[in-house]
Amino acid sequence: MAKIIHYYAHPGHRYSHANKAMWDASRAVKGIEHVDLYAEYPRHNVNIDREQQRLLDHDVIVLQFPIFWYSSPSLLKEWIDLTLEHGFAYGKDGDKLAGKWLMLAVTAAGPEDAYSEGGYQHFPLRTFLTPFEQTARLSKMRFAAPFVFHDALKADPKPHAAGFVTLLEGLRDGRIDLEKLETLDCLHNVGIASVLRQSELEA
Amino acid sequence: MTDFLVLAFVFLVAGVAAVPIASRLGLGSVLGYLIAGVAISPILAMLNVDVVAIQHFAEFGVVMMLFLVGLELEPKMLWQMRHRLLGLGGLQVGVTTALVMGVSMMFGLTWSVALACGLVLALSSTAIVLQTLNEKGLMKSDGGQASFSVLLFQDIAVIPMLALIPLLALPELGDVTGHAVGHEVVAEAAHGEAHHDDHGGDHGMNINLVENLPAWQAAVATIGAIAAVVVGGAFLTTPAFRFVAMANLRELFVAMALMFVIGIALLMTLVGLSPALGTFLAGVVLANSEYRHELESDIDPFRGLLLGLFFMTVGAAVNFGVLFENFGMFLGLTLGLMALKSLVLFGLARIFKLRGGDKYLFGLGLAQAGEFGFVLLSFTVANNVIPQQIADQLLLVVALSMMLTPLLFILYEKVILPRLDGGEEQEPDEIDQTGQVIIAGHGRFGGVVNRMMRSAGYETTVLDYSSVQLERLRRFGVKVFFGDATRADLLHAAGIHEARLLVVAIDERDAATEIVRHVKHEHPDLPVVARAVDRHHVYELYAAGANHIVRDTFDSAVRAGRSAYEELGVHAFDAEMLARAFVDEDRAMLSALASVYDPTVAAHENQEYLDKAKEFIDQRDDILSGNGKAFRVRTERGWTPPTKEDLDAEIEADKA
Repeated sequence: MAKIIHYYAHPGHRYSHANKAMWDASRAVKGIEHVDLYAEYPRHNVNIDREQQRLLDHDVIVLQFPIFWYSSPSLLKEWIDLTLEHGFAYGKDGDKLAGKWLMLAVTAAGPEDAYSEGGYQHFPLRTFLTPFEQTARLSKMRFAAPFVFHDALKADPKPHAAGFVTLLEGLRDGRIDLEKLETLDCLHNVGIASVLRQSELEA
Repeated sequence: MTDFLVLAFVFLVAGVAAVPIASRLGLGSVLGYLIAGVAISPILAMLNVDVVAIQHFAEFGVVMMLFLVGLELEPKMLWQMRHRLLGLGGLQVGVTTALVMGVSMMFGLTWSVALACGLVLALSSTAIVLQTLNEKGLMKSDGGQASFSVLLFQDIAVIPMLALIPLLALPELGDVTGHAVGHEVVAEAAHGEAHHDDHGGDHGMNINLVENLPAWQAAVATIGAIAAVVVGGAFLTTPAFRFVAMANLRELFVAMALMFVIGIALLMTLVGLSPALGTFLAGVVLANSEYRHELESDIDPFRGLLLGLFFMTVGAAVNFGVLFENFGMFLGLTLGLMALKSLVLFGLARIFKLRGGDKYLFGLGLAQAGEFGFVLLSFTVANNVIPQQIADQLLLVVALSMMLTPLLFILYEKVILPRLDGGEEQEPDEIDQTGQVIIAGHGRFGGVVNRMMRSAGYETTVLDYSSVQLERLRRFGVKVFFGDATRADLLHAAGIHEARLLVVAIDERDAATEIVRHVKHEHPDLPVVARAVDRHHVYELYAAGANHIVRDTFDSAVRAGRSAYEELGVHAFDAEMLARAFVDEDRAMLSALASVYDPTVAAHENQEYLDKAKEFIDQRDDILSGNGKAFRVRTERGWTPPTKEDLDAEIEADKA
C-alpha cells in the first residue's frame, strides 16, 4: 500500500464541471488523504510546517488543477514556492522528498489537437508542464506522466472522474506501473488499462 | 497688589514682544529675553525694583530644567556618562580656574582674590546653554552631551566651592563690612534659593538642619536625603499619582508635579545640597516611570516662564552707566575671558575626541560665565573675599558674556556648520528614541496595535489616561505612560514632533477627532491612523485629515460574516472573496460619501450627501431584487469559464 495525498486547487470550484466531478469522486476513495488548498488557505496563508509534514508522510503526491494560462492557479504556485524550501526539497540537505512520485491531474479547455505545433496552442501540453517536471527533478522526485482531461468545458466529466478513481485506487494499492507511467507523454482516461500491472489484469 | 501686577505685566509684555521677533530673526529665545530685559531696565529702575531679588527667584527655573533633563536621562545613560562627567567637567573647572587665577594675579590681584575670581568665572551658564541646546535640538548630539556633562559637573562643584570660599576671606575686608556672615549663606547661595540682600541678620526661612550637627551626623543626614529622593521617587510617585488621579482634575497633577519638585529642592537645601542636583537626581529616578511625560508637560511651562524671567533679569541687571564709562575695558575683559574659556574647551574637545561641529558647539557654547557666577559673587562679597568694587566689575563681565553667548551660537549655526557641511569629519547625529510610534489610548483597540508594533520591533510610546488600566498593564510588563492624549503639550512631551506615526485609539469620538485635527494642523506630514466608532465618525476624521481611518468594529464584523458564510456551506475561498468584495463595496461607498460630507452641515440637510446615499441604497435594492451589478458579480468574474456557445464560436473562428 502506497500512501497517496491528493491536492486540489481550484479558485472557481463553484463553476467547475470537470474538476468538481474529479474531486467529488476522489473524496469517496478511502485510504488516501485529500486537501482542498483553496478551502484550507483561503487567504493564501500556507502553513509551511504542516505542508512539509504532509509531503514527508506520503509516497505519491497528486496535484489536481485546471490549467489557467499555461500554469496552475495562483495558490498552488504559492504552495510550491513556500513548501518546497531550500534545505527541504532542494539545495544543501534538500533531499527530504527524494524517491517520492509527483503526478499531475490537469484539465484543459482546449482539445487535444490544439496542443501541437499546428494547433492554436502551438505547443504540446507537456511543454507547458515542464516547470512542474523540473520541480520534481530538482526535488529528487520522479515525475509520472500527467493525467489529462481535454475539452474540459464541453466533454462529459463523469467517465474521466471514474477513471481518476481507478487511477487513485491503483496508486494506493500499488497496481499502477509507475515505471511505465513515467515513460508516457500524457495519460488519458482510455490509457489507464495500459499502466495497470499485467498480473492484476489477469487476476 | 498693584505693584505686583505692574511688575508682572511689564515682564510679560517685554517677553511676549521681544522673543517672537528674536526667534523670527533666528537669534533664539535667550537673546530675545536678554534684549527684552535690557529694554525694560529703565522702567524697572523707575519702579525701584530689586532686579537681583527677582533673579534669584527666577533661578528656580534652572532647578526645574535640571529636573526635566533628568527625566530624559535614564540611570543607565548617566552611568555611561561618568567618565565624561568627571574628566571633562573636572578638567574644565580646574584648568579654567587656574588660568583665570593666573591672569588675575598678573593684573595685580592677591592670590586669594584671584582664586575666587577663577572659581566664579570657571562656571558656565546652565540656563542659557541647555535652553539653547534644547531649542535647537542639539541636546542629543555628541557636543550637546559633552556640554551637558560639564554643566552637570559644575552644578555639583558649586557645593565644595561654597565651602572653600569663606576660607579665602581677607581680614582687611572683614573690618570694612563689619561682620562676618554665618554659614547659612551656603544653603542660601546654592542654586535657585531665595536670596537676601541683607547679609547677616536672622533669616527665618533659611534653615539648614545640618549646620550645627557634627560632621558625621551631617553626612548621614545628607546621604539620607539623597536616599529619600531616590527611594521616594522610585516607590512613592506611582501611589501618589494614583491618589491624585481619583479627583480627576487636571490642575491637581500640575500641583502635584510642582509640589514634587519644590519638595525635593527644599529637602536638598535643608541638608545643604544643591537643589538643582537633587531634582536632577529625582528626574533620573523617574526617567523610567510611566508618569514621566505627564510630569514633563506639567513642569515645562513653569520652567520656560521662570527661565525667561531669569534671562530678562540678567539683561535688566546690566549697569549701563558703569559699562559705558569703561566700555573698552569691559569688552576687552569679557572677550578675553571668553577666549580663554574657549581655549580650554577646545583643548578638552581634542583630548576627548569631539569632532566636527560637535567640537565647535562644545568650545563656543560654554565660553560664557554663568548664573552660578552671580551667586558666588554675592557670596564672596558677603564673606569678604572679593572687594565690592571688583565684584561689581566682574558682575558686568559675567552678564556681558552671557549676553554674547547667543551670538556665539548663531556663529556656530550660521557660519561654522555650513562650512563643515560635506566635510568628512561630519558624522551623522545619533538619533535617540526618534521615529517611534505614538499610540494614544491603550484599551482593547490600542493594545492590539501596540502588541503588533512591538512584536515587529517598532518602538512605541503609549499614552493612557486610566490609572487602573495602567496598573493592570504594568503587571504584564507593558510600558505605558500616564496622561491625557488629548492634551497637545503631553503629545509634545511624548515626542510627537519627532514621531514617525501616530495611532489614535481612544474611545471618545470627539476627543479623537480633535487630536487628529490638531496634530494634522501642527504636523501635516505625520501619518495618522485613527480609530472611528461609526460611519459618521469616519467622515469627521476624514475631514480632520487622518490618513487611515479604521472603524473599530467593522473588520471583526466582516470576519463574523465570513464565518457565517462558511457555516452556511459556502466554500472557504468563496466566503473570503465575498467578504473582500463586501469590504471593497462598503469602502467605496464610504469614501464617496465622505467626500461630500460636510461636518458643518447635518447629514440629513446635505443634499449632495443625500443624493449619493440614495444612489447606493438603490444599488443595494437592485442586488436584493436580483438584478443590477451586485458585488457577487465581481467575485464571479475571475473564475467564470466561457459558455459553451462562446467556446464553439471561438473554435469555429479558429478553423476559419
